[in-house]
Amino acid sequence: MKTRKSLKIENISLIIACILFVCMFIAGSAVYDHFGSAATFLNLFNDNAYLIVVAVGITFVLLTGGIDISVSSVVAFTCVFSAYLLEKGWSAVIVIPLVLAVGLFNGFLIGYCVQEYRIQPFIITLASQFLLRGMCAVVSTISIPIDNAFYKEAALNKISFKFGRTNAKLYIYVFLALCIVFLAYYILKYTRFGRTVYAIGSNELSAGYMGLNVKWVKIGVYMISSFCAALGGIIFSFYTLAGYSLQNMGMELDAISSAVIGGTLLTGGVGNVLGSVVGVLIQGVIQTIVTYQNLNAWWTRVTIAALLCLFIILQRFISIRADKQKGKG
Amino acid sequence: MENTILRMEHIYKEYPGVKALNDVAFSLRAGEIHALLGENGAGKSTLIKVLTGVESKNAGTIEMDGKEISPKRPVDAQNAGISTVYQEVNLCPDLSVAENVFIGRELRKGMRIDWKRIHEKTRELLKDFGLSINVEERLDNYSVAVQQMIAIARAVDVKAKVLILDEPTSSLSAQEVKRLFDIMRMLRERGMGIIFVTHFLDQVYEVSDRITVLRNGTYIGTYDADKLPMIELVGKMIGKDYESLEAIPKLSGDRENVEELLRIENGTTGAITDISLSIGRGEVTGFSGLLGSGRSETARLIFGADRMTSGRTVMEGKEESIRNPLDAILHDIAFCPEDRKKEGIVGDLTIRENIVIALQSKRGVLHKISRKEADEIAERLIKELAIKTPSADQKIKNLSGGNQQKVLLARWLATDPKLLILDEPTRGIDVGAKAEIQKIVVELAKKGMSCVFISSELEEMERCCSKMFVLRNKKIVGELYGEEISQSAIMRLIAGEENV
Repeated sequence: MKTRKSLKIENISLIIACILFVCMFIAGSAVYDHFGSAATFLNLFNDNAYLIVVAVGITFVLLTGGIDISVSSVVAFTCVFSAYLLEKGWSAVIVIPLVLAVGLFNGFLIGYCVQEYRIQPFIITLASQFLLRGMCAVVSTISIPIDNAFYKEAALNKISFKFGRTNAKLYIYVFLALCIVFLAYYILKYTRFGRTVYAIGSNELSAGYMGLNVKWVKIGVYMISSFCAALGGIIFSFYTLAGYSLQNMGMELDAISSAVIGGTLLTGGVGNVLGSVVGVLIQGVIQTIVTYQNLNAWWTRVTIAALLCLFIILQRFISIRADKQKGKG
Repeated sequence: MENTILRMEHIYKEYPGVKALNDVAFSLRAGEIHALLGENGAGKSTLIKVLTGVESKNAGTIEMDGKEISPKRPVDAQNAGISTVYQEVNLCPDLSVAENVFIGRELRKGMRIDWKRIHEKTRELLKDFGLSINVEERLDNYSVAVQQMIAIARAVDVKAKVLILDEPTSSLSAQEVKRLFDIMRMLRERGMGIIFVTHFLDQVYEVSDRITVLRNGTYIGTYDADKLPMIELVGKMIGKDYESLEAIPKLSGDRENVEELLRIENGTTGAITDISLSIGRGEVTGFSGLLGSGRSETARLIFGADRMTSGRTVMEGKEESIRNPLDAILHDIAFCPEDRKKEGIVGDLTIRENIVIALQSKRGVLHKISRKEADEIAERLIKELAIKTPSADQKIKNLSGGNQQKVLLARWLATDPKLLILDEPTRGIDVGAKAEIQKIVVELAKKGMSCVFISSELEEMERCCSKMFVLRNKKIVGELYGEEISQSAIMRLIAGEENV
């Protein structure tokens, strides 16, 4: 029997993702002036805080082997609906819990359909995506600006750091996002709920036979995903101070690809949220480089597509090799 | 009854159209190994499922320690002290060994899971089982045998009073089985009641104290293992005399007067070298030998599944080149592979579709088999082979193992082959179905078809074969005909003693 602790697939992917991130950042710094600074680094968080939250949420679903393509619509609906309510004069104290509750409820419905009616998660979340995107337009087809004191406060409050001569800042809502990351990490690693998520992704039937509460955990992951999307929507409305029905089209794919690049297997059971965060940061760096290079913004997507292919093939390769080694041993 | 811990009485369970359990009783004492036996479809698995809360019963009572329980979910059964290790290892391959043992009842430090203590406890626990492995490693880095031990460790550590082992030995080697039995005896010493479900009758006698037999969903009886001879046990399981099962008409096995169908001369593939053999028309030819001796490889050579690098194939006096399975099929050779689930059946297709699939590929995609013709073929073969199914529209995965095997047989018979190769056709199916398949094979040979029969069970080889090649170390080491075929003769050849 071997005693050497072998690297797990997700760890290898995560390490490669980290190395890739560092390399890209260094490369960017070498080529462009003003790139290699703490400000650029922290801006990755400022600009992508909402995506981090959404990616972390969707990671729960992916870990069970499911998928949730409704998140971008949840984000958009949250933005539009809260902008609409705030415009009507509602208080932020009511609006924020309300849209979060909408997110939770959406997640519950999805989870319930997936679990009780055995509906493919892809189809039911597609339905949810259409529904909420449509509801955005029902609320308003034009962009609604947000002019709420609390939102403005949240949007502009930041903490500045001094690094030598340069100044770098981190907005308050980034800390909210980081709290979510930490909480998610803790839940996945140190609670039964979290471990059940992995067990379901690894072998759902076994998880049931082992006496785990498959039903509620499966509903739970969709609730978490949708809740995080709603929270991401709130952060996004801090970021843009507006709600527009067509914003964030296709963002669910950014979130999914972040998770995959960070080592989460779409078949479930393998991965963690830190990987998803690194995945988001890698996309952020690519976006920044594309901006510096003055390229069309779609080049971000092209690069990410290439990376995604690379990582999926890499994961396949690693797991095939692992199988072969097992065959020998 | 002395300290009976589990008592099930008047259990009824009905599926649409099938009475799976009909007034079944079962009781288990503390500190005994109790074998639960029956053919496929006798209701063993259903009884286990009812007991563990996977299915719910229609009527009847289950008592644990004198208290009535009615488990609705697996977790209910676990809480009542009933743990199960299923046939297919039911653990999570992506999780660590330790986590697989402890998930669902994690050790905690405050709110959080205490991984350090879990790892330590698992190491201790597995030491009892004679396993010293890295408990932080992913489960699927270990062999099925080790995984099974881990599954048992998990089951035992739930503080179970009743442990159910459902076909635990079907994927283990002889040595691993021995280790498993040691563990079972150890657990029995500790006062645990063990329900042992298996197909291997000799294993039943090796460890069991009592035996309960089910047949067709009804309770036949419970017996002390040492007072029930195996012949009687088999009789109770299949409901007919063992004698009638023995009586398979022997083929003559004439060395001289057999018309040759196929001859391989000096056949060599990557796996085997220099195989020469001849298969006669209307004979059952056996390939005997230990696992890995080259039996299956020889069959694959004939079928063209492994490419011949040198040597030649002569069929009906003409040299033919059979380079791939399709060539073989076009030459009227059929091959039933060893692993039924993996290589044979297409679970989600109906019986009819499973039967005509080979015929369709033989005719080519352009000559579609009409629904009417498919119906006729399916109906005829279902009747001929006595496949137990309500209709040809049934999905094959809903059939028992023995009936699935018959469908596979039917699939090849539909192509009307001259040579039928059967690799372990009776593995994992019950005694009655085994005998039926053996009988079918012999009858086919009588009608003029040639069969190649491969099996690890010498007894069944002795019964069916009229001619036998014995292999050792990828070579043919002996040839036996008719009356010469006996278990001792085969074993002498396998063991390497010359001059039979």
